[in-house]
Amino acid sequence: MSTFASTAPLASRWTRAWSGRRRWPLVSAIGAAIAAVLVLLPLVFLVVEAQQSGWGEVRHLLLRHSVAVLLWNTVRLALACTALCAVLGVAGAWCVERTMLPARHLWAVALVLPLGVPDFVVGFGWVSIDPALHGYLAAVMIMTLSLYPLVYLPVAASLARIDAGLEEAARSLGLGPWQTFWRVTLRQVRPAVLGGCLLVTLALLAEYGAFEIVQYRTFTVEIFTEFKLGFDAAAACSLSLVLVVLSIAALGGELALGGRGRGWRAGSGTRRSAPRVALGRWSAPVLAGLAAVAGLALGVPVGSLVYWMARGSSTTLPSASILGALAHTAEFSAAAAAIATALAVPVSALAIRHRNRVTVLIERLAYLPMALPGLVIALGLVAFSVRYAFALYQSSLELIVAYAILFLPLAVVGVRSAMAQAPAQLEEVGRSLGYRPTTVWRRVTLPLIAPGLGAAFALVFISAATELTATLLLHPTGVNTLATQFWAYTSELSYGAAAPYAALMVGISAVPAYLLSRRMSTLAQSERTR
Amino acid sequence: MSPLTIDGLWKGYAGTAVLQGLDLDVQPGSLTAVLGHSGCGKTTLLRVIAGFERAQRGTVSLGSHTLDDGRTYLAPERRSIGYVPQEGALFPHLSVRENVGFGLPRRERRGGSVEKLLEMVGIAPLAERLPHELSGGEQQRVALARALARRPQALLLDEPFSSLDASLRGHVREEVHALLREQGVTTVLVTHDQEEALSLADVVAVLRDGRIVQRAAPAQLYGRPVDERLARFLGEVNLLDARFEDGLARTALGALQLRGAHAEDDAQAGEGERAGAVARTGVVMVRPEQLEVRAREEDGSGEGVAAGIRGRVEQCRYYGHDALLHIRPEGSDGVAVLLARVHGEQALPVGTPVSVAAHGPVAALE
Repeated sequence: MSTFASTAPLASRWTRAWSGRRRWPLVSAIGAAIAAVLVLLPLVFLVVEAQQSGWGEVRHLLLRHSVAVLLWNTVRLALACTALCAVLGVAGAWCVERTMLPARHLWAVALVLPLGVPDFVVGFGWVSIDPALHGYLAAVMIMTLSLYPLVYLPVAASLARIDAGLEEAARSLGLGPWQTFWRVTLRQVRPAVLGGCLLVTLALLAEYGAFEIVQYRTFTVEIFTEFKLGFDAAAACSLSLVLVVLSIAALGGELALGGRGRGWRAGSGTRRSAPRVALGRWSAPVLAGLAAVAGLALGVPVGSLVYWMARGSSTTLPSASILGALAHTAEFSAAAAAIATALAVPVSALAIRHRNRVTVLIERLAYLPMALPGLVIALGLVAFSVRYAFALYQSSLELIVAYAILFLPLAVVGVRSAMAQAPAQLEEVGRSLGYRPTTVWRRVTLPLIAPGLGAAFALVFISAATELTATLLLHPTGVNTLATQFWAYTSELSYGAAAPYAALMVGISAVPAYLLSRRMSTLAQSERTR
Repeated sequence: MSPLTIDGLWKGYAGTAVLQGLDLDVQPGSLTAVLGHSGCGKTTLLRVIAGFERAQRGTVSLGSHTLDDGRTYLAPERRSIGYVPQEGALFPHLSVRENVGFGLPRRERRGGSVEKLLEMVGIAPLAERLPHELSGGEQQRVALARALARRPQALLLDEPFSSLDASLRGHVREEVHALLREQGVTTVLVTHDQEEALSLADVVAVLRDGRIVQRAAPAQLYGRPVDERLARFLGEVNLLDARFEDGLARTALGALQLRGAHAEDDAQAGEGERAGAVARTGVVMVRPEQLEVRAREEDGSGEGVAAGIRGRVEQCRYYGHDALLHIRPEGSDGVAVLLARVHGEQALPVGTPVSVAAHGPVAALE
């Protein structure tokens, strides 16, 4: 057979061949190492800072009576909110996915959209129309209304995928509809419910803004106050250690309850989606209930924003440029998104392609910030920069790095799933077709993971743009973002001036919430028509 | 065209040796099938040849060029070896045309050579489709065209037909076979399907425990496997005790001709035996289709087969085109149950008295 003119003879190419052991993908290794160091840095310096004052002092601080009160406040709030979110989320998902609910596509969007309103904006919405709202019950209500979509989303996805065969088998074995729901349907979606509940608990532990607004003292609020007003970094870091322990306890609780179990399915027959239940005379009450949830979670905050914007601004604070705040927000968020996405690529590439104990550990580390409140990461970075890199302290770089660490898990989730769409086999084929690894990466891998990179970038960008707690601690003096300016106005009760900033943040994060809910309903649709 | 030579290849993962000193020669322009159970190291072998994995010991060479000798190693993109993975592994973001042209220099990607390849594998009308819009067989053909586009010195096919429906498999297999013949490219195909290996390849190499246990033309492999395990892997067998005399095997089914080189060996051995006046004994393998089965009347009349033994049908598995009979011999000749393959129309009801004879040369097993 003749050879193409362009292919050089094998012999001359042999001389260029490289020898030795398979090269460890060096660039990936360096990137992953940076990610691991960044994630661990705040934790390490949190501990270093806490023990600066001596362990005896730490113990003394933690055994105060007020710590017991904080613990009680935090735990009872977490329990009540998580339980309520579970009930609301499961009930909502079941109504949308498994009943003949009128206009269910609209409900599917309306029930997810509250995710797009930052918790502190929900708090603002309620308190600004009823200043009497405060304390435990207000905190429970506001947090439940803003967090229940975290349970709704995974449960709805899980219900849409459930196989009708299981429920039919249960019925044929003599179980009634209610028994079937409890023993079969709910058992199938249990991992989704538990996963959602974990997210709710972690969000509650991390929340500062909403609780500050309703004057409810949890650990996070107390730590923030200790640091920002008391200027006591050691005390703040010591208290943060308790917060870290609480977060780890939440993770452990989910694991112990079997949250990582799969919704397994025996046999390999075609999956059929389960039939929908006719609501009949229950239609009106169900519709009223869903309307109440959507109205309270979405209508009240958005309505109050609109009201305050219509009222116009009246503030005693120096006037600030909303465009300037928007520009800073965009700049910091975009930089953080670029860094987080860039770090997520080597982390997930190594975890998928070169799976071993080290790379799996690095991947787990990359997920760690999900369990760490933003405040903890910010404090750790402050502790580090104040003692060892003062030039960094309150620089925009420090804030960007904090965002990148905080939202690295989101980037890894996005990039990892995309990376799984680009199997190593395709790269091998590319090489057998005569291209060097870098060329193959550019022509095969990059185009395949590009949508995932885009999604990861967008997720981190949006999360950073609406972050409040870490931003308040780390933003460079004199440089305001949407969140910090909103907070400054709200603290002065200048609701009219604060409203446009909140509206912008809602606008930024409503887009992905909407897209997420749309994708959910098309996903459910395609599962059904299969 | 260059021959592909593998010499004493060792390759293992995490302490388990997968390939243990494997030797294999692939003649230029031939199609060699590597046959083995799943997990026997077939894919590892292909990956070492392609350059995705590196040899630990031994050499892999193509013509006069060493690809890998355990120390120096040629990167996959420099080997000029085409690779068609199991499920085709088409680039999902590229059209059929772009997939086929992927390995070509930029200016040739839109040129006539891609068109010619598309025509050749019969997918020209699908050129603008994306891989997920193709059927399994079409994907296989695109993957093949893509691998052939760079005119590789050798082509590797990893279980290329196993992901296809049974109805489609035979068809695609025939087409690919014809195409490879026409191209005359040196091809190694790995499969766990003995029927596929026997029907497709010029040479079948059986991989077991990290080595090639036998390498032979299909008919020779089927008729004279090196051992009982291989005999059973390739199809059903009857094993009969035999005494070897004068190039014949004397068995319960009569004196049977010995097959191939062994007959000569045994003839020589026979001379030796004549001198010592001791007959050698052993085991011969008789394939079910070598048995001839006739129904007979209870009283013994209607016997058409001169030699052979009597028995009764104990079980009958009917497959349509043929049937497999389990026959329990009468008396105690030391033969347990005989398997006989007969035409579909000759499927006999259970309990039918039959007489069984063997024909054709048989192979002695070690």
